[in-house]
Amino acid sequence: MAWSDTYEMVCGVETHVELATKSKIFCGCTTEFGGEQNTHVCAVCSGLPGVLPVLNKEVVNLAIKAGLALNGEIAEFSKFDRKNYYYPDLPKNYQTSQYDLPICKNGWLEITVDGAKKRIGITRAHMEEDAGKLVHSGETITSSDESYVDYNRTGVPLLEIVSEPDLRSIAEVVAYLEQLVQILDYTQVSDCRLEQGSVRFDINVSLRPKGTSDLGTRTETKNLNSFASVRHCMEYETERQAEVLDAGDKVVQETRTWDEGKGITISLRSKEEAHDYRYFPEPDLVPLVIERSWVEEIRRTLPELPTERRMRYESLGLSEYDAGVLTSSRALADFFDEALSRYADAKILTNWVMGEFLRLLKANQQSVLDSPISPVQLAELLELIDKGSISGKIAKGVLEDMYATGKDAALIIKEKGLGQISDEAALAEIVEQVIAAHPQSVEDYRAGKERAIGFLVGQIMKATKGQANPSLVNKLLKEKLS
Amino acid sequence: MDITAKTAGELHDLLVQKEITSTELTHAFLDRVRRLEGQVQAYVTVTDKSALKRAAEVDAKIARGEAIGTLEGIPMALKDNMCTEGIRTTCSSKMLEEFVPPYSAEVAIRLQEAGAILLGKLNMDEFAMGSSTENSRFFPTHNPWDLERVPGGSSGGAAASVAAAEAVYALGSDTGGSIRQPAAFCGVVGMKPTYGAVSRYGLIAFASSLDQIGPLTKDVRDNALVMNAIAGHDRKDSTSVRFDKPDYTQFLGKNIKGLKIGIPREYFGEGIDSDVAKVIWDAVAALKDLGAEAEECSLPHTDYAMPAYYLIAPAECSSNLARYDGVRYGYRAEGDDLISMVRKTRAEGFGPEVKRRIMLGTYALSSGYYDAYYVKAQKVRTLIKQDFDQAFGTYDVLLSPTAPTVAFKFGEKSSNPLSMYLSDICTVPVNLAGIPGISIPAGFVGGLPVGLHLMGKAFDEGTLYQVAYAFEQHTGFHKVKPSTKEVAAHGLE
Ligand SMILES: [Zn+2]
Repeated sequence: MAWSDTYEMVCGVETHVELATKSKIFCGCTTEFGGEQNTHVCAVCSGLPGVLPVLNKEVVNLAIKAGLALNGEIAEFSKFDRKNYYYPDLPKNYQTSQYDLPICKNGWLEITVDGAKKRIGITRAHMEEDAGKLVHSGETITSSDESYVDYNRTGVPLLEIVSEPDLRSIAEVVAYLEQLVQILDYTQVSDCRLEQGSVRFDINVSLRPKGTSDLGTRTETKNLNSFASVRHCMEYETERQAEVLDAGDKVVQETRTWDEGKGITISLRSKEEAHDYRYFPEPDLVPLVIERSWVEEIRRTLPELPTERRMRYESLGLSEYDAGVLTSSRALADFFDEALSRYADAKILTNWVMGEFLRLLKANQQSVLDSPISPVQLAELLELIDKGSISGKIAKGVLEDMYATGKDAALIIKEKGLGQISDEAALAEIVEQVIAAHPQSVEDYRAGKERAIGFLVGQIMKATKGQANPSLVNKLLKEKLS
Repeated sequence: MDITAKTAGELHDLLVQKEITSTELTHAFLDRVRRLEGQVQAYVTVTDKSALKRAAEVDAKIARGEAIGTLEGIPMALKDNMCTEGIRTTCSSKMLEEFVPPYSAEVAIRLQEAGAILLGKLNMDEFAMGSSTENSRFFPTHNPWDLERVPGGSSGGAAASVAAAEAVYALGSDTGGSIRQPAAFCGVVGMKPTYGAVSRYGLIAFASSLDQIGPLTKDVRDNALVMNAIAGHDRKDSTSVRFDKPDYTQFLGKNIKGLKIGIPREYFGEGIDSDVAKVIWDAVAALKDLGAEAEECSLPHTDYAMPAYYLIAPAECSSNLARYDGVRYGYRAEGDDLISMVRKTRAEGFGPEVKRRIMLGTYALSSGYYDAYYVKAQKVRTLIKQDFDQAFGTYDVLLSPTAPTVAFKFGEKSSNPLSMYLSDICTVPVNLAGIPGISIPAGFVGGLPVGLHLMGKAFDEGTLYQVAYAFEQHTGFHKVKPSTKEVAAHGLE
């Protein structure tokens, strides 16, 4: 019996998103990923005595944009606070964050699970600075003789997006996260490079007996950075909590961490050991007053969001599934739209994009942004098929060559002599040669054996190395044999 | 003629008239520092080489016939909590004893651009916490008027250096009275500008919402000149304000006829020495002679200023000083692991007063106490601001003693933190309200200087200079110099 027969899951997620600014939140250092250790630092982000923060306006722009895309209210009056705790990756031993007056509140987004739509509330979104990175000589800070700190990440702007505890299944959680990341990607609020840790999730989950409404005791598992690990972690954690409850014990309210290798969650600290962050208003920054005109200005820059785009694609006759795949990332949807502006048959285009194009990307482990084939090049290829210059089958090979070389379809067809023979006079000659060479088949056909024509077509294709226009071959053969 | 006795204004004229060179002037001050430091101990670091190098540059400029600025070529010093690139900046703490900043405070840059000659860095109470400079990790600074007595604090080195003519002027910082109280004890002019008038960038923070840098000078004119050089918006400090900065010297010499002065009666309560009070009432009489109208008024929430201050300042300090953990810079103790290293570093690196305030502040911000302490203190702060707003609806300036007593003896208050805290009772409300305050010499009690404290509207330093200058010119107390035999022996004839 699965735990879900007895219990209902209640889950809320905190998502930390790295905002796509060029410079850090309180200084001019670059936010570029990587870089030699401690080269993207200055007096301010390394927390030297006497330095002061200056808020990067672009951080606020992106936070407002994200807030609007998530249907939130943008605060007219917002402020920063200090979250005090000691850790060597935090140069000031406090993090400048937002506590009781975040920039955005009361948002929501819509998810679809098994065809059912559901609105997930977003409690708040607030701006804060990232910490640095510890590098240990051993496994952990306590078991290492030496630890080093890289402050390149320190002060990279983050937006923490906190959902309501509205999620009731792992499928809903994953759908929420996918939708959230899509929105952040579409609005270009973040690069959303999950593999580089630019989006991290903290999962709060509890179970309660089905049919009851009181919340059970929750655990928080921190710092997950892929949908897959969220799924695995939740499968483990819900199972674990169910076992605790089944045994008549109580779930301990605590912070846990996901051990990807072992596939288990491990207790980090209990509620009693929780930090007292001693939040208080950041005296080095003035409160943030956001004029409504500023919000409206940013609202005008909001792009078409995934839901709107899906609906537009469906109105073009695409299936819900296809529209979903095409809009799964802004880059792919943009690719599709650009190709569509050149090649109007949305269904044929969809088949090629979702079939051959995505297959090539996957095989080469590349993203749409890295694609050596431009949307226009793909559209040109499809036009050549329509014109009868090449067959669909040959086009697949041409696309592979395009991927490998970046060359245009027309050039590859010309260089390789792949042009389809649609010249009636030239084909008629070959047809006659084949008829002359295979009298038995001709006789069979005339005797009513329809199948025999297939053999003849095959011979013609063989003679033309597959370049003969098939419908023309059929037409010519029937004429000559009748 | 002893050129070290002169003001910046006078020295500028001598430089322009080529009566002296900046190099001679700098040598004169360095000599005097060398001779007096054994008694006064105002300096933590003397930067003689770079000072003479800068002076030579200014002299070359004068020799080329180029015009020089008002403060150009004139020797000065900075309290040792303002970062100076390449020059160690200690906050008079073991924690930063070896700390050499890779950047300069905005005020240091502005003065450097104005051509100032930096003689060195001045002693202070550790991290600016204290009222006597006895909390310095290195040594106490002595009051040039009586070497047995404290110079006040926390900018004690700054006030003593100016009083002993070991610098023409100095910059101090004031969180609850740290410029004005030592200025009063040492008989010099000390201005705490409006919060946001002078950039805090590079000032090592004690309490961010209260700290403000300001000048300590021999007279009011010099003070206005230095303010001209350091005040004004700085984009590196988000709390610095864009305002129309006046030429502060334009207020000097304007008469004060009809000017309304309020005398808050709460500032003359218990704890104010009666002889000090008498000096202040004499000052009121002098101001009336000059045509000002003065009357008693009330700032009803004054009693709550000290408790509010001793919650807000330590709360901010507990967070500001968290960065001193031995990981990146400053003192580091040996430990068995990270936690023991950080603990030992902070236990050994900070002195007792700093630890006391970190603990007070940590407590005030703790969950369960935050509303009762920090939030309530902020509410009191608002009430104190409202008191001032209301008073400034009627009065142009408010007047009080700067400190309840004259300079006290070493050890007199250091064993009782509360009695030490009370020496800031007249100055703390000004920091809470963010308004400007100035202390000027107003007379003597038992041969020791008494400071007159004038408080003004936000960004109205001009009116304070106007009143202070009129008083100074009328009374001439600023011309009386310390007469201890050590100081006098070195020529202030
Ligand atoms: Zn930086």
